[in-house]
Amino acid sequence: MTLQTRDVTWNRGGRLVVDGITLDPRPGETIGLLGPNGSGKSSLIRLLSGAVRPTAGLVTLDDTSLAAISRREAARAIATVTQHADTVVDITVCDIVALGRIPHRGVFGGSRQADTEAVSDALERTGLQGKAGELWHRLSGGERQRVHIARALAQQPRELLLDEPTNHLDIRYQLDLLQLITELPVTTVVALHDLNLAAMFCDALLVLKDGRAVAAGSPNDVLTPELIALVYDVDATVTIDDKTNRPRIVFNPSNRNDRLKA
Amino acid sequence: MILSPTRPASVSGQSPRSGTRLRFLGIGLGAFTLLLVSVGVAITLGPADVSLVNVRDILLNHLAGADIPIRVSKEAIVWDDRLPRALVAATCGAGLGVCGVILQSLLRNPLADPYVLGISSGASTGAVVVAILGVGPAALGIPGGAFIGSIASFAVVLLIARLAGGSDDKVILAGIAVTQLFSALTSFVVFAFADSDATRGVMFWLLGSLEGVRWDDVALCGLAVLGGIGFCLLRAQVLDAFAFGDDVASSLGVSVRRERIMFMTVTALLTATLVSVAGAIGFVGLVLPHAARFFTGPLHVRLVPVTALIGATFMVWVDAISRVAFSPSPLPVGVATALIGVPVFIAIMFRRRRAQ
Repeated sequence: MTLQTRDVTWNRGGRLVVDGITLDPRPGETIGLLGPNGSGKSSLIRLLSGAVRPTAGLVTLDDTSLAAISRREAARAIATVTQHADTVVDITVCDIVALGRIPHRGVFGGSRQADTEAVSDALERTGLQGKAGELWHRLSGGERQRVHIARALAQQPRELLLDEPTNHLDIRYQLDLLQLITELPVTTVVALHDLNLAAMFCDALLVLKDGRAVAAGSPNDVLTPELIALVYDVDATVTIDDKTNRPRIVFNPSNRNDRLKA
Repeated sequence: MILSPTRPASVSGQSPRSGTRLRFLGIGLGAFTLLLVSVGVAITLGPADVSLVNVRDILLNHLAGADIPIRVSKEAIVWDDRLPRALVAATCGAGLGVCGVILQSLLRNPLADPYVLGISSGASTGAVVVAILGVGPAALGIPGGAFIGSIASFAVVLLIARLAGGSDDKVILAGIAVTQLFSALTSFVVFAFADSDATRGVMFWLLGSLEGVRWDDVALCGLAVLGGIGFCLLRAQVLDAFAFGDDVASSLGVSVRRERIMFMTVTALLTATLVSVAGAIGFVGLVLPHAARFFTGPLHVRLVPVTALIGATFMVWVDAISRVAFSPSPLPVGVATALIGVPVFIAIMFRRRRAQ
């Protein structure tokens, strides 16, 4: 009973950007989407969020087709953080985070109390309390990213979709963010570029290439040198970390150069 | 992120928010009072000598059933000419300002206004086609022609934008192209078919004019503007949700396509109504939302009413000045809006820059 896809396909302008993906997360799980640029990670997230409709297959929320659920009802369950969401509006951090309350509010505003609590909780979790009055255009890239995540948290979703949320963040906030989302009692689907972060924090991984699923399962099963070579075309050594019992990936650039010369 | 040191809670929290609520109430009440005073004072301006006391007496006679003796000529000037004129000016300022707010939010472009979408140039073409070529039934009149023209040009803009991919900047590009096209058509009709009298009449209307508006114009514009403002206030959160684009709006529970169509339709109908009565008044829709944001911030539940009030006040004064400045020959309102509006706009830009 969660957000699922069944054999979902999206044909965008004659190109299959998502091709027959089935995703069935367990509630509360954190699923990492991996794959090179253009492999369909963002497109799959857009399908899951309901921003676009699939050409074939189904996206379901609690076994009901997402297309049959009102956007407002969907927004109470699913929060999405996309890439490159920017604005020309002079708006403060606090007001942006409060946008996340819109699906919970009626025409004349809902519970002010609940709104205020959700907003200050989201600000606190993302370490933004001190920035509440700051204007968007004065924030750094990393702060902007955190504001969007705070906005998504203020939405109090059951399902969280994040498209490369660690971009622009320095390493501490990358770790803090992923720690935060894995601890939240929500199902999370997160597109990531960093294989080590994915290995460290995700319960399961789905690896995409050219819109198709090429591997799925636990990080230990999925992140093999063979798969990394197949999907990313790089040579890597994978060891299992003693403490965490999760894969650790080291890339071998010299081998790649040799091969390029050959 | 939980690791970061907690800062004093007073920075966020509730106190500043309730503070802004009070401030907003103050701004709203102030702007409303200013509008009422402006209408009252504007009515006294002009060649015929009318005092504020006269204005009060005439209003009491008509609205409260009082029976204060007053000269018939003054009564006629105030009740039949200056008051409806000031009220239509106010509705135009309010309505065009609110249309600007809607379009700047939906198209995510601070330069969007009703005229960028070709609405006014379409209205002009419709007006000259009726006035000079005599197309259509007599009952249509210039206002009817303007209304049809503006809806038609708006439809063309949306159609071109849709066929070109439908993104926000496509709408603006299509709007600019269509504006040029219809302006050329208007000039062509005037150049090819009009005699000099007809040309002067049409030109005056093209630049905006509140000459000879009547109470039925007040009713029409008033209903349209109140309807538009009410619609925006009920959907203020939707306008807020568009701040970060369609995808974020959609993830916040907005049915993006449906809301866009509804807001665009409301904007087109409202602008077309105002333009059909008052002609093409430029610049108000572009500038007034920015001026209002300076006082209210970006959230639409505050921005919409304050833009309407400031816009109304602005237009009341612009109209009064354009009536009086070159009396007895009136200055087109559209000329005065730009002459007064541009310096105001530049001043706001500079102040904002310093505030940052």
